[in-house]
Amino acid sequence: MAELKQTPLNARHREAHARLVDFSGWEMPLHYGSQVEEHHAVRTDAGMFDVSHMLPVDLRGEGARAFLARLLANDVDKLKTSGHALYSCMLHEGGGVIDDLIVYFLHESWFRLVLNAGCADKDLAWIETWRDRLAPELQVLPRRDLAMIAVQGPQAPARLWQAMPGTRELAEPLKPFNAVAVGEMLVARTGYTGEDGFEIMLPAKPAPYFWQALLEAGVRPCGLGARDTLRLEAGMNLYGQDMDESTTPFESGLGWTVALAGERDFIGRDALLRLPRARDLVGLKLLERGVLRAHQPVFTHLGEGEITSGGFAPTLNASIAFARVPAGVAPGDTVEVEIRARRLKAAVVKPPFARHGRALV
Amino acid sequence: MSNIPADLRYAKSHEWARLEADGSVTVGITHHAQELLGDMVFVENPTVGRRLAAGEECAVVESVKAASDVYAPIAGEVVASNAEVERAPEIINHDAYAAWMFRVKPDDAAELDNLMDADAYRAFVDAETH
Repeated sequence: MAELKQTPLNARHREAHARLVDFSGWEMPLHYGSQVEEHHAVRTDAGMFDVSHMLPVDLRGEGARAFLARLLANDVDKLKTSGHALYSCMLHEGGGVIDDLIVYFLHESWFRLVLNAGCADKDLAWIETWRDRLAPELQVLPRRDLAMIAVQGPQAPARLWQAMPGTRELAEPLKPFNAVAVGEMLVARTGYTGEDGFEIMLPAKPAPYFWQALLEAGVRPCGLGARDTLRLEAGMNLYGQDMDESTTPFESGLGWTVALAGERDFIGRDALLRLPRARDLVGLKLLERGVLRAHQPVFTHLGEGEITSGGFAPTLNASIAFARVPAGVAPGDTVEVEIRARRLKAAVVKPPFARHGRALV
Repeated sequence: MSNIPADLRYAKSHEWARLEADGSVTVGITHHAQELLGDMVFVENPTVGRRLAAGEECAVVESVKAASDVYAPIAGEVVASNAEVERAPEIINHDAYAAWMFRVKPDDAAELDNLMDADAYRAFVDAETH
Protein backbone atom coordinates (compact mmCIF):
# COMPACT_ATOMS: atom_id res chain seq x y z
CA MET A 1 0.00 0.00 0.00
CA ALA A 2 1.25 3.46 -0.87
CA GLU A 3 2.40 5.65 1.99
CA LEU A 4 -0.39 7.78 3.39
CA LYS A 5 -0.18 11.52 2.89
CA GLN A 6 0.03 13.62 6.02
CA THR A 7 -1.30 17.09 6.66
CA PRO A 8 0.81 19.79 8.36
CA LEU A 9 -1.13 19.01 11.57
CA ASN A 10 -0.26 15.31 11.69
CA ALA A 11 2.12 15.69 14.66
CA ARG A 12 -0.59 17.53 16.61
CA HIS A 13 -3.01 14.65 16.04
CA ARG A 14 -0.45 12.15 17.24
CA GLU A 15 0.26 14.18 20.37
CA ALA A 16 -3.48 14.19 21.08
CA HIS A 17 -3.63 10.37 20.67
CA ALA A 18 -5.98 10.57 17.72
CA ARG A 19 -7.12 7.35 16.13
CA LEU A 20 -5.68 7.85 12.66
CA VAL A 21 -7.26 6.26 9.62
CA ASP A 22 -6.78 6.18 5.86
CA PHE A 23 -9.17 8.65 4.29
CA SER A 24 -8.77 8.94 0.52
CA GLY A 25 -5.04 8.25 0.86
CA TRP A 26 -4.58 10.70 3.74
CA GLU A 27 -3.77 9.78 7.32
CA MET A 28 -6.55 11.61 9.15
CA PRO A 29 -7.96 11.61 12.70
CA LEU A 30 -11.18 9.60 13.05
CA HIS A 31 -11.60 10.74 16.64
CA TYR A 32 -9.52 11.75 19.65
CA GLY A 33 -11.27 9.47 22.15
CA SER A 34 -15.00 9.96 21.82
CA GLN A 35 -16.71 10.83 18.57
CA VAL A 36 -19.99 11.52 20.34
CA GLU A 37 -18.42 13.97 22.79
CA GLU A 38 -16.73 15.73 19.89
CA HIS A 39 -20.08 15.97 18.13
CA HIS A 40 -21.72 17.55 21.18
CA ALA A 41 -18.80 19.96 21.61
CA VAL A 42 -19.52 21.39 18.15
CA ARG A 43 -23.28 21.63 18.77
CA THR A 44 -22.90 23.29 22.16
CA ASP A 45 -19.47 24.95 22.28
CA ALA A 46 -16.64 24.82 19.75
CA GLY A 47 -14.68 22.15 17.92
CA MET A 48 -12.01 22.18 15.24
CA PHE A 49 -11.28 19.92 12.32
CA ASP A 50 -8.14 19.47 10.27
CA VAL A 51 -9.46 19.60 6.71
CA SER A 52 -6.09 20.18 5.10
CA HIS A 53 -6.65 17.10 2.93
CA MET A 54 -9.11 19.15 0.90
CA LEU A 55 -7.50 20.94 -2.02
CA PRO A 56 -7.80 24.67 -2.62
CA VAL A 57 -7.27 25.51 -6.30
CA ASP A 58 -6.82 29.08 -7.45
CA LEU A 59 -8.02 30.16 -10.87
CA ARG A 60 -6.08 33.24 -11.88
CA GLY A 61 -6.38 35.37 -14.95
CA GLU A 62 -8.81 37.02 -17.29
CA GLY A 63 -12.01 35.15 -17.98
CA ALA A 64 -12.13 33.14 -14.76
CA ARG A 65 -15.79 33.98 -14.24
CA ALA A 66 -16.81 33.02 -17.77
CA PHE A 67 -14.88 29.75 -17.43
CA LEU A 68 -16.60 28.89 -14.15
CA ALA A 69 -19.97 29.73 -15.68
CA ARG A 70 -19.33 26.83 -18.08
CA LEU A 71 -17.69 24.52 -15.54
CA LEU A 72 -20.18 24.69 -12.65
CA ALA A 73 -23.87 23.82 -12.38
CA ASN A 74 -24.53 26.70 -9.99
CA ASP A 75 -24.16 30.20 -11.39
CA VAL A 76 -21.06 32.15 -10.37
CA ASP A 77 -22.84 35.32 -11.48
CA LYS A 78 -24.52 35.12 -8.07
CA LEU A 79 -21.12 36.15 -6.67
CA LYS A 80 -21.08 39.95 -6.76
CA THR A 81 -18.88 41.05 -3.90
CA SER A 82 -15.33 40.04 -3.08
CA GLY A 83 -15.22 37.14 -0.65
CA HIS A 84 -18.66 35.78 -1.51
CA ALA A 85 -18.79 31.98 -1.75
CA LEU A 86 -21.08 29.56 -3.58
CA TYR A 87 -21.71 25.83 -3.21
CA SER A 88 -21.91 24.01 -6.54
CA CYS A 89 -21.69 20.68 -8.26
CA MET A 90 -19.27 20.16 -11.13
CA LEU A 91 -20.94 17.85 -13.66
CA HIS A 92 -19.81 15.77 -16.61
CA GLU A 93 -21.65 15.98 -19.94
CA GLY A 94 -24.00 13.21 -18.81
CA GLY A 95 -25.19 15.27 -15.83
CA GLY A 96 -23.48 13.10 -13.19
CA VAL A 97 -21.62 14.76 -10.32
CA ILE A 98 -17.81 14.81 -10.65
CA ASP A 99 -17.48 16.63 -7.34
CA ASP A 100 -19.22 19.14 -5.11
CA LEU A 101 -17.21 22.19 -4.15
CA ILE A 102 -17.19 25.69 -2.80
CA VAL A 103 -16.07 28.50 -5.07
CA TYR A 104 -14.87 31.79 -3.57
CA PHE A 105 -14.91 35.00 -5.59
CA LEU A 106 -11.90 37.05 -4.53
CA HIS A 107 -11.64 39.38 -7.51
CA GLU A 108 -12.37 39.19 -11.25
CA SER A 109 -9.08 37.51 -12.00
CA TRP A 110 -8.96 35.34 -8.88
CA PHE A 111 -11.44 32.66 -7.86
CA ARG A 112 -10.68 29.82 -5.46
CA LEU A 113 -12.25 26.35 -5.54
CA VAL A 114 -12.07 23.93 -2.61
CA LEU A 115 -12.18 20.31 -3.77
CA ASN A 116 -12.80 17.04 -1.95
CA ALA A 117 -9.59 15.15 -1.17
CA GLY A 118 -10.72 11.96 -2.86
CA CYS A 119 -11.68 13.81 -6.04
CA ALA A 120 -8.80 16.28 -6.26
CA ASP A 121 -6.73 14.48 -8.91
CA LYS A 122 -9.59 13.75 -11.29
CA ASP A 123 -11.05 17.23 -10.68
CA LEU A 124 -7.77 18.88 -11.58
CA ALA A 125 -7.46 16.81 -14.75
CA TRP A 126 -11.03 17.74 -15.69
CA ILE A 127 -10.56 21.43 -14.95
CA GLU A 128 -7.29 21.56 -16.89
CA THR A 129 -8.80 19.80 -19.89
CA TRP A 130 -11.61 22.35 -20.07
CA ARG A 131 -9.23 25.21 -19.34
CA ASP A 132 -7.11 24.16 -22.35
CA ARG A 133 -10.24 24.10 -24.48
CA LEU A 134 -12.02 27.22 -23.25
CA ALA A 135 -9.55 29.55 -21.56
CA PRO A 136 -5.94 28.56 -22.30
CA GLU A 137 -4.62 31.73 -20.67
CA LEU A 138 -6.22 30.92 -17.32
CA GLN A 139 -3.89 29.62 -14.60
CA VAL A 140 -5.05 26.61 -12.57
CA LEU A 141 -2.99 26.59 -9.37
CA PRO A 142 -3.40 23.77 -6.83
CA ARG A 143 -2.56 25.11 -3.37
CA ARG A 144 -1.01 22.15 -1.58
CA ASP A 145 1.03 24.74 0.32
CA LEU A 146 -2.07 25.62 2.36
CA ALA A 147 -3.49 24.00 5.46
CA MET A 148 -7.17 24.27 6.28
CA ILE A 149 -8.78 24.30 9.71
CA ALA A 150 -12.53 24.40 10.35
CA VAL A 151 -13.54 25.97 13.68
CA GLN A 152 -17.21 25.25 14.28
CA GLY A 153 -19.80 25.75 16.99
CA PRO A 154 -21.71 28.52 18.76
CA GLN A 155 -18.57 29.55 20.65
CA ALA A 156 -16.30 29.30 17.58
CA PRO A 157 -16.15 33.05 16.93
CA ALA A 158 -15.36 33.98 20.54
CA ARG A 159 -12.67 31.33 20.79
CA LEU A 160 -11.17 32.32 17.46
CA TRP A 161 -10.88 35.96 18.62
CA GLN A 162 -9.22 34.69 21.77
CA ALA A 163 -6.74 32.49 19.88
CA MET A 164 -6.01 34.98 17.12
CA PRO A 165 -7.09 38.48 18.13
CA GLY A 166 -5.92 39.79 14.75
CA THR A 167 -8.74 37.98 12.94
CA ARG A 168 -11.58 39.66 14.81
CA GLU A 169 -11.83 43.02 13.09
CA LEU A 170 -12.19 41.52 9.61
CA ALA A 171 -13.89 38.21 10.41
CA GLU A 172 -16.52 39.33 12.91
CA PRO A 173 -18.67 41.20 10.35
CA LEU A 174 -18.61 38.23 7.93
CA LYS A 175 -22.00 36.91 6.90
CA PRO A 176 -22.47 33.18 6.18
CA PHE A 177 -20.80 32.11 2.94
CA ASN A 178 -18.47 35.08 2.89
CA ALA A 179 -14.72 35.15 3.30
CA VAL A 180 -12.03 37.71 3.90
CA ALA A 181 -8.27 37.70 3.55
CA VAL A 182 -6.48 38.29 6.85
CA GLY A 183 -2.81 38.59 6.01
CA GLU A 184 -1.86 35.30 4.39
CA MET A 185 -5.02 33.60 5.64
CA LEU A 186 -8.41 33.32 4.04
CA VAL A 187 -11.09 33.24 6.73
CA ALA A 188 -14.49 32.02 5.50
CA ARG A 189 -17.76 31.84 7.41
CA THR A 190 -18.53 28.41 6.04
CA GLY A 191 -18.62 24.88 7.39
CA TYR A 192 -19.97 21.38 7.22
CA THR A 193 -21.69 21.09 10.59
CA GLY A 194 -24.83 23.23 10.63
CA GLU A 195 -23.26 25.54 13.22
CA ASP A 196 -21.73 28.98 13.06
CA GLY A 197 -18.01 28.99 12.49
CA PHE A 198 -15.14 29.45 10.10
CA GLU A 199 -13.04 27.56 7.64
CA ILE A 200 -9.56 29.02 7.60
CA MET A 201 -7.00 28.44 4.87
CA LEU A 202 -3.49 29.37 5.88
CA PRO A 203 0.12 28.55 5.00
CA ALA A 204 1.19 25.11 6.20
CA LYS A 205 4.07 26.32 8.34
CA PRO A 206 2.18 28.35 10.97
CA ALA A 207 -0.81 25.96 10.95
CA PRO A 208 0.37 23.83 13.93
CA TYR A 209 0.85 26.99 16.05
CA PHE A 210 -2.58 28.21 15.09
CA TRP A 211 -4.06 24.81 16.01
CA GLN A 212 -2.29 24.97 19.38
CA ALA A 213 -3.62 28.48 20.04
CA LEU A 214 -7.16 27.29 19.32
CA LEU A 215 -6.62 24.30 21.61
CA GLU A 216 -5.50 26.64 24.41
CA ALA A 217 -8.55 28.81 23.77
CA GLY A 218 -10.73 25.78 24.58
CA VAL A 219 -11.57 24.52 21.10
CA ARG A 220 -11.92 20.74 21.09
CA PRO A 221 -10.16 18.76 18.32
CA CYS A 222 -12.71 16.72 16.40
CA GLY A 223 -12.18 13.93 13.91
CA LEU A 224 -13.78 12.79 10.70
CA GLY A 225 -16.27 10.67 12.65
CA ALA A 226 -17.90 13.68 14.29
CA ARG A 227 -17.62 15.59 11.04
CA ASP A 228 -19.72 12.89 9.39
CA THR A 229 -22.49 12.80 12.02
CA LEU A 230 -22.59 16.60 12.17
CA ARG A 231 -22.92 16.99 8.40
CA LEU A 232 -25.56 14.27 8.24
CA GLU A 233 -27.63 15.98 10.96
CA ALA A 234 -27.15 19.27 9.12
CA GLY A 235 -28.56 17.67 5.97
CA MET A 236 -25.38 18.04 3.94
CA ASN A 237 -24.38 15.55 1.27
CA LEU A 238 -21.13 13.61 1.24
CA TYR A 239 -19.53 13.01 -2.14
CA GLY A 240 -19.06 9.35 -2.99
CA GLN A 241 -21.89 8.32 -0.70
CA ASP A 242 -24.88 10.53 -1.43
CA MET A 243 -23.91 11.41 -5.00
CA ASP A 244 -21.29 10.47 -7.53
CA GLU A 245 -20.73 10.37 -11.27
CA SER A 246 -23.69 8.04 -11.76
CA THR A 247 -26.24 10.35 -10.14
CA THR A 248 -27.45 13.82 -11.07
CA PRO A 249 -27.94 16.66 -8.59
CA PHE A 250 -31.71 16.22 -8.99
CA GLU A 251 -31.43 12.62 -7.79
CA SER A 252 -29.22 13.75 -4.91
CA GLY A 253 -31.27 16.40 -3.15
CA LEU A 254 -29.11 19.06 -4.79
CA GLY A 255 -31.56 20.45 -7.34
CA TRP A 256 -31.45 23.75 -5.44
CA THR A 257 -27.79 24.17 -6.43
CA VAL A 258 -28.44 23.86 -10.18
CA ALA A 259 -29.04 27.20 -11.89
CA LEU A 260 -31.06 26.27 -14.99
CA ALA A 261 -32.66 29.68 -15.49
CA GLY A 262 -31.59 31.63 -18.56
CA GLU A 263 -29.41 30.39 -21.39
CA ARG A 264 -26.17 29.71 -19.51
CA ASP A 265 -24.63 26.66 -21.16
CA PHE A 266 -22.89 24.80 -18.34
CA ILE A 267 -21.42 21.32 -18.73
CA GLY A 268 -24.16 18.77 -18.04
CA ARG A 269 -27.06 21.15 -18.64
CA ASP A 270 -28.43 19.35 -21.71
CA ALA A 271 -28.39 16.02 -19.91
CA LEU A 272 -30.18 17.46 -16.88
CA LEU A 273 -32.93 18.85 -19.11
CA ARG A 274 -33.26 15.55 -20.95
CA LEU A 275 -33.02 12.98 -18.16
CA PRO A 276 -36.12 11.92 -16.22
CA ARG A 277 -36.05 12.69 -12.51
CA ALA A 278 -37.12 9.27 -11.39
CA ARG A 279 -35.36 9.26 -8.01
CA ASP A 280 -34.87 11.67 -5.18
CA LEU A 281 -32.78 11.85 -2.03
CA VAL A 282 -34.86 12.16 1.15
CA GLY A 283 -34.22 12.20 4.87
CA LEU A 284 -35.23 9.28 7.11
CA LYS A 285 -35.65 9.05 10.85
CA LEU A 286 -35.84 5.55 12.28
CA LEU A 287 -38.95 5.07 14.42
CA GLU A 288 -37.69 1.90 16.11
CA ARG A 289 -34.49 0.86 17.87
CA GLY A 290 -31.56 0.28 15.56
CA VAL A 291 -29.04 2.08 13.39
CA LEU A 292 -29.56 3.06 9.76
CA ARG A 293 -26.48 2.44 7.62
CA ALA A 294 -25.48 3.06 4.03
CA HIS A 295 -26.74 0.47 1.51
CA GLN A 296 -29.62 -0.87 3.61
CA PRO A 297 -32.65 -1.42 1.32
CA VAL A 298 -35.65 0.89 1.74
CA PHE A 299 -39.20 -0.15 0.86
CA THR A 300 -41.67 2.59 -0.06
CA HIS A 301 -45.22 2.63 -1.47
CA LEU A 302 -43.63 3.62 -4.81
CA GLY A 303 -40.94 0.95 -4.91
CA GLU A 304 -37.51 0.19 -3.50
CA GLY A 305 -34.70 2.55 -2.63
CA GLU A 306 -31.45 2.49 -0.72
CA ILE A 307 -29.82 4.35 2.14
CA THR A 308 -26.82 6.37 0.98
CA SER A 309 -25.64 7.70 4.37
CA GLY A 310 -26.90 6.66 7.76
CA GLY A 311 -25.94 6.59 11.36
CA PHE A 312 -26.68 7.51 14.92
CA ALA A 313 -27.46 11.20 15.37
CA PRO A 314 -26.26 12.29 18.82
CA THR A 315 -28.28 15.53 18.81
CA LEU A 316 -31.51 13.60 18.17
CA ASN A 317 -30.53 10.48 20.10
CA ALA A 318 -32.02 8.56 17.18
CA SER A 319 -30.85 7.11 13.92
CA ILE A 320 -31.15 9.15 10.72
CA ALA A 321 -30.23 8.70 7.09
CA PHE A 322 -30.34 9.93 3.56
CA ALA A 323 -32.02 7.50 1.17
CA ARG A 324 -32.34 7.51 -2.59
CA VAL A 325 -35.94 6.54 -3.28
CA PRO A 326 -38.44 6.72 -6.16
CA ALA A 327 -39.50 10.30 -6.86
CA GLY A 328 -42.78 11.10 -5.15
CA VAL A 329 -41.86 9.68 -1.74
CA ALA A 330 -42.36 12.71 0.48
CA PRO A 331 -42.03 13.95 4.06
CA GLY A 332 -44.84 12.49 6.14
CA ASP A 333 -44.62 9.09 4.45
CA THR A 334 -43.56 6.04 6.42
CA VAL A 335 -41.17 3.56 4.83
CA GLU A 336 -39.50 0.34 5.92
CA VAL A 337 -35.79 -0.26 6.12
CA GLU A 338 -34.32 -3.75 6.13
CA ILE A 339 -31.80 -4.21 8.93
CA ARG A 340 -30.43 -7.71 9.52
CA ALA A 341 -33.36 -9.37 7.73
CA ARG A 342 -35.94 -7.40 9.70
CA ARG A 343 -38.01 -4.50 8.43
CA LEU A 344 -38.11 -1.46 10.69
CA LYS A 345 -40.27 1.63 10.24
CA ALA A 346 -38.80 5.01 9.39
CA ALA A 347 -40.40 8.40 8.82
CA VAL A 348 -39.56 10.39 5.71
CA VAL A 349 -38.48 13.85 6.90
CA LYS A 350 -37.16 16.98 5.30
CA PRO A 351 -33.48 17.63 6.12
CA PRO A 352 -31.78 19.29 7.92
CA PHE A 353 -32.31 17.07 10.95
CA ALA A 354 -30.51 19.44 13.33
CA ARG A 355 -28.88 22.84 13.18
CA HIS A 356 -27.65 25.45 15.62
CA GLY A 357 -27.68 23.04 18.53
CA ARG A 358 -31.27 21.93 18.10
CA ALA A 359 -33.08 18.92 16.68
CA LEU A 360 -35.46 19.92 13.87
CA VAL A 361 -37.24 16.64 13.15
CA MET B 1 -3.35 0.57 26.93
CA SER B 2 -4.65 -2.85 27.77
CA ASN B 3 -7.31 -3.56 30.32
CA ILE B 4 -7.62 -7.34 30.62
CA PRO B 5 -8.77 -8.62 34.02
CA ALA B 6 -7.04 -11.80 35.11
CA ASP B 7 -10.20 -13.51 36.41
CA LEU B 8 -12.03 -13.64 33.07
CA ARG B 9 -11.93 -15.88 30.03
CA TYR B 10 -11.75 -14.48 26.50
CA ALA B 11 -12.88 -15.45 23.01
CA LYS B 12 -11.04 -14.61 19.78
CA SER B 13 -14.08 -12.61 18.76
CA HIS B 14 -13.40 -10.32 21.77
CA GLU B 15 -16.09 -11.43 24.22
CA TRP B 16 -15.29 -11.94 27.88
CA ALA B 17 -16.89 -14.64 30.03
CA ARG B 18 -17.03 -14.94 33.82
CA LEU B 19 -18.11 -18.00 35.77
CA GLU B 20 -20.41 -16.91 38.60
CA ALA B 21 -20.85 -18.58 41.98
CA ASP B 22 -24.27 -19.90 40.90
CA GLY B 23 -22.73 -21.69 37.92
CA SER B 24 -23.99 -19.23 35.31
CA VAL B 25 -21.63 -17.48 32.90
CA THR B 26 -21.78 -13.71 32.36
CA VAL B 27 -20.81 -12.39 28.93
CA GLY B 28 -19.77 -9.01 27.59
CA ILE B 29 -17.35 -7.51 25.09
CA THR B 30 -13.81 -6.57 26.02
CA HIS B 31 -12.29 -3.18 26.64
CA HIS B 32 -10.22 -3.72 23.51
CA ALA B 33 -13.36 -4.44 21.46
CA GLN B 34 -15.12 -1.27 22.59
CA GLU B 35 -11.95 0.70 21.86
CA LEU B 36 -11.89 -0.66 18.32
CA LEU B 37 -15.56 0.05 17.76
CA GLY B 38 -15.76 3.51 19.33
CA ASP B 39 -18.82 5.09 20.94
CA MET B 40 -21.57 2.50 21.37
CA VAL B 41 -25.02 3.50 20.21
CA PHE B 42 -27.05 0.28 20.01
CA VAL B 43 -27.12 -3.10 21.69
CA GLU B 44 -29.44 -6.02 21.04
CA ASN B 45 -29.16 -8.92 23.47
CA PRO B 46 -30.47 -12.44 23.00
CA THR B 47 -33.85 -13.07 24.61
CA VAL B 48 -34.01 -14.98 27.86
CA GLY B 49 -34.71 -18.65 27.24
CA ARG B 50 -32.87 -18.80 23.91
CA ARG B 51 -30.55 -21.76 23.45
CA LEU B 52 -27.10 -20.87 22.19
CA ALA B 53 -24.42 -23.01 20.59
CA ALA B 54 -20.80 -22.08 21.28
CA GLY B 55 -19.68 -19.60 18.65
CA GLU B 56 -23.23 -18.77 17.56
CA GLU B 57 -24.08 -15.17 16.59
CA CYS B 58 -26.39 -14.13 19.38
CA ALA B 59 -26.20 -10.37 19.95
CA VAL B 60 -25.35 -7.19 18.12
CA VAL B 61 -23.44 -4.13 19.24
CA GLU B 62 -23.34 -1.06 17.05
CA SER B 63 -21.02 1.85 17.47
CA VAL B 64 -20.98 5.17 15.65
CA LYS B 65 -18.68 3.37 13.22
CA ALA B 66 -20.16 -0.04 12.52
CA ALA B 67 -22.35 -2.95 13.53
CA SER B 68 -20.62 -5.93 15.06
CA ASP B 69 -21.89 -9.39 15.90
CA VAL B 70 -21.38 -10.84 19.34
CA TYR B 71 -20.82 -14.61 19.55
CA ALA B 72 -21.76 -16.95 22.36
CA PRO B 73 -18.49 -17.96 24.05
CA ILE B 74 -20.13 -21.06 25.51
CA ALA B 75 -23.18 -23.24 24.77
CA GLY B 76 -26.20 -22.99 27.02
CA GLU B 77 -29.46 -21.22 27.72
CA VAL B 78 -29.78 -17.46 28.14
CA VAL B 79 -30.98 -16.85 31.71
CA ALA B 80 -30.61 -13.07 31.93
CA SER B 81 -30.23 -10.10 29.64
CA ASN B 82 -28.95 -6.71 30.78
CA ALA B 83 -31.59 -4.18 29.78
CA GLU B 84 -29.32 -1.39 31.00
CA VAL B 85 -26.81 -1.84 28.15
CA GLU B 86 -29.66 -1.82 25.66
CA ARG B 87 -30.99 1.40 27.14
CA ALA B 88 -27.60 3.11 27.53
CA PRO B 89 -25.05 1.38 25.25
CA GLU B 90 -22.37 3.94 26.15
CA ILE B 91 -21.86 2.26 29.53
CA ILE B 92 -19.84 -0.35 27.58
CA ASN B 93 -17.38 2.42 26.70
CA HIS B 94 -17.21 3.54 30.32
CA ASP B 95 -16.50 0.09 31.74
CA ALA B 96 -16.68 -2.87 29.40
CA TYR B 97 -16.40 -5.40 32.26
CA ALA B 98 -19.12 -3.89 34.43
CA ALA B 99 -21.46 -3.48 31.45
CA TRP B 100 -22.31 -7.14 31.00
CA MET B 101 -24.66 -8.12 28.20
CA PHE B 102 -26.22 -11.47 29.03
CA ARG B 103 -25.91 -14.56 31.25
CA VAL B 104 -25.90 -18.16 30.12
CA LYS B 105 -26.59 -21.34 32.07
CA PRO B 106 -23.86 -23.42 30.44
CA ASP B 107 -24.45 -26.95 29.20
CA ASP B 108 -20.93 -27.73 30.32
CA ALA B 109 -18.96 -25.16 32.32
CA ALA B 110 -15.75 -27.02 31.42
CA GLU B 111 -16.13 -25.52 27.93
CA LEU B 112 -14.75 -22.32 29.47
CA ASP B 113 -11.36 -24.00 29.26
CA ASN B 114 -11.60 -23.68 25.46
CA LEU B 115 -11.39 -19.91 25.88
CA MET B 116 -8.22 -17.87 26.40
CA ASP B 117 -6.98 -16.73 29.78
CA ALA B 118 -5.86 -13.12 30.27
CA ASP B 119 -2.25 -13.72 29.21
CA ALA B 120 -3.25 -15.57 26.06
CA TYR B 121 -5.79 -12.89 25.18
CA ARG B 122 -3.21 -10.13 25.71
CA ALA B 123 -0.82 -11.92 23.35
CA PHE B 124 -3.68 -12.40 20.87
CA VAL B 125 -4.59 -8.68 20.91
CA ASP B 126 -0.94 -7.68 20.56
CA ALA B 127 -0.53 -9.98 17.57
CA GLU B 128 -3.68 -8.55 15.97
CA THR B 129 -2.67 -4.94 16.41
CA HIS B 130 1.00 -5.18 15.41
